[in-house]
Amino acid sequence: MTTTTAPEEKAVAPSAGLNKQVRDYVERVRGGELGALPAVIGLIVLCTVFAILSPVFLSPVNFANLFTQGAGVTVIAMGLVFVLLLGEIDLSAGFASGVCAAFLGVLLTNEGWPWYAAVAAAMLVGVVIGLIIGWLVAKLGIPSFVVTLAAFLAFQGVVLILLDEGTNISIRDSVILAIANENMYPWLGWALVVVGVVAYAGLQLLNNRRRAGRGLVTDPLSLIAVRVGALAVASGFAVWVLNLERSRNPGVISLTGVPVVVPIILVLLLVWTFVLRRTRFGRHIYAVGGNAEAARRAGINVDRIKISAFVICSFMASVGGIIAASRANSVDPNTGGSNVLLFAVGAAVIGGTSLFGGKGRALDAILGGAVVAVVINGMGLMGYSSSVKYVVTGAVLLLAAGVDALSRKRASASGRR
Amino acid sequence: MSTAPVLELRGIDKSFGPVQVLHDVAFSVYPGEVTALVGDNGAGKSTLVKCIGGIHPFDSGEYYFEGKQVSVGGPRDAAALGVEIVYQDLALCDNLDIVQNMFLGRERKRGLVLDEDTMEEMAAKTLVGLSVRTVKSLRQHVSSLSGGQRQTVAIAKAVLWNSKVVILDEPTAALGVAQTAQVLELVRRLADKGLAVVLISHNMNDVFAVSDRIAALYLGRMAAQVKTSDVTHSQIVELITAGRSGELGLQNGKEATA
Repeated sequence: MTTTTAPEEKAVAPSAGLNKQVRDYVERVRGGELGALPAVIGLIVLCTVFAILSPVFLSPVNFANLFTQGAGVTVIAMGLVFVLLLGEIDLSAGFASGVCAAFLGVLLTNEGWPWYAAVAAAMLVGVVIGLIIGWLVAKLGIPSFVVTLAAFLAFQGVVLILLDEGTNISIRDSVILAIANENMYPWLGWALVVVGVVAYAGLQLLNNRRRAGRGLVTDPLSLIAVRVGALAVASGFAVWVLNLERSRNPGVISLTGVPVVVPIILVLLLVWTFVLRRTRFGRHIYAVGGNAEAARRAGINVDRIKISAFVICSFMASVGGIIAASRANSVDPNTGGSNVLLFAVGAAVIGGTSLFGGKGRALDAILGGAVVAVVINGMGLMGYSSSVKYVVTGAVLLLAAGVDALSRKRASASGRR
Repeated sequence: MSTAPVLELRGIDKSFGPVQVLHDVAFSVYPGEVTALVGDNGAGKSTLVKCIGGIHPFDSGEYYFEGKQVSVGGPRDAAALGVEIVYQDLALCDNLDIVQNMFLGRERKRGLVLDEDTMEEMAAKTLVGLSVRTVKSLRQHVSSLSGGQRQTVAIAKAVLWNSKVVILDEPTAALGVAQTAQVLELVRRLADKGLAVVLISHNMNDVFAVSDRIAALYLGRMAAQVKTSDVTHSQIVELITAGRSGELGLQNGKEATA
């Protein structure tokens, strides 16, 4: 709307105060659009409980552990978000990461490839896996549940074949090992915080100014200030804690700084958030997840979108596999196995991605991944046996899916679906 | 009222296997007018519309657009001509907002990035042009809209592209009294802006409220195309149910000129 129309001709009011924004948010939550709320509340409750039960939980060492423990699952979850957005599922993501990690291990250690070539090959394997699964789902029309369940079984075998019936391949390449085991210089962590906060604030203000210049609805400055402030406090606190000395013998070896894996995850988060929110491809993913028939009639190539989502998912699984291999210093038949997939699906769903499709963000994987990491880590500290861990993990996944289903019901009852 | 039809079909035949659904159908749509397309269930309304929209290719017949013969091989060809169809089930994505739905599949880009500002501006302009003031925010999800508002968004989506012919498949079927009035008002406004509007409806009150012409299909044949002012309610009902009404309609299976 430019100068040609009088102000009273505008379809919507141009300004909305902070109060109204808060009221709108409460309204949305009541209407069943929970967003990140369950993950954030869960995180606060879990952290409080574990902090009371186990004093080690809040130590800087453990805080750093949380990041490296949760990294692999978080990355796989970020890929799963794309598949879940379409209302599909990829049960093979865990073992796909195992297959990619096995390729990495074999090429790196047995064949002596340089790290970048081995990493590229592992990622390529991920892409090929995604292409095959996506093609079977989109073109042949086999339900994704069945295709990926079959792949889930087959990939276990593939990992065993690659690892010569189950031998352990150790990773000795320093670059790969650095991913999950090294830390950044403390000053680099602070620089990241400053750059991140300034860039975020700048983008928000710039966006607002452009929209205001065209007479469109803008966010109130107070809301932007709250967002930027929250980011600054959270990231500043995290970097401060991670920059504390974590070594038991600081004289012998110093252990400070943000784990290298953190900026890797942040870059992935930025890239996928950009893709989902700012590009035509991302818009089409949401459209296909929301109403595939409407998307088809709008001229969107639904098959192509489906295949790309599975490719992205398996690609991210390969990145998760590389991180897992780095963290374990080795690749074995269990890499990406046991409950990695359940954790990843759980992370995405806990973070707010719907199992019914059409709703989810890349950030959900990080929020849910944090919850999952805290659960694994906290229970490990309390010394629970793996039997209890399995039961609790299952319960958490069920709880998250239950919240998702209930909020959806609530949303349809209040006319928001 | 201009005299030349913007869209004209002649002698359309269409069969699905052994079942012939359309027999030698002629149909004309005029700019600035609302043409109501009526007929009983199974009379061929939806098939005719899908032929116009390029979803079903017809077996034989001629398709004229603005006086020139054209061939429409698919939905994209129809859209390129300026023919937009608003389907009964609306084809909106609940999880997207109004602007996103209006531009679905035809998003504006600035380089690699979606140009949200321009899209929002154009959407706002279109809604204002249609005198729609009932939506709270252009950025609210379609899931939170009422039936009438959804219909409005679907229609606005169709007229956003400088379309010349807008076909509405039973736009008021699922609406309440007040919302029906709103949508009918919008339909009338579209025609007053110079668009050719085709309204498919079962509701005679709606048809007589907004249409300028009525085309009645009977068992796959065009029973009659008449000016709304020349006929009565009961004549149209007879055309729909029996294919003829006095001088009007099909005589011994042949179409009479109205």
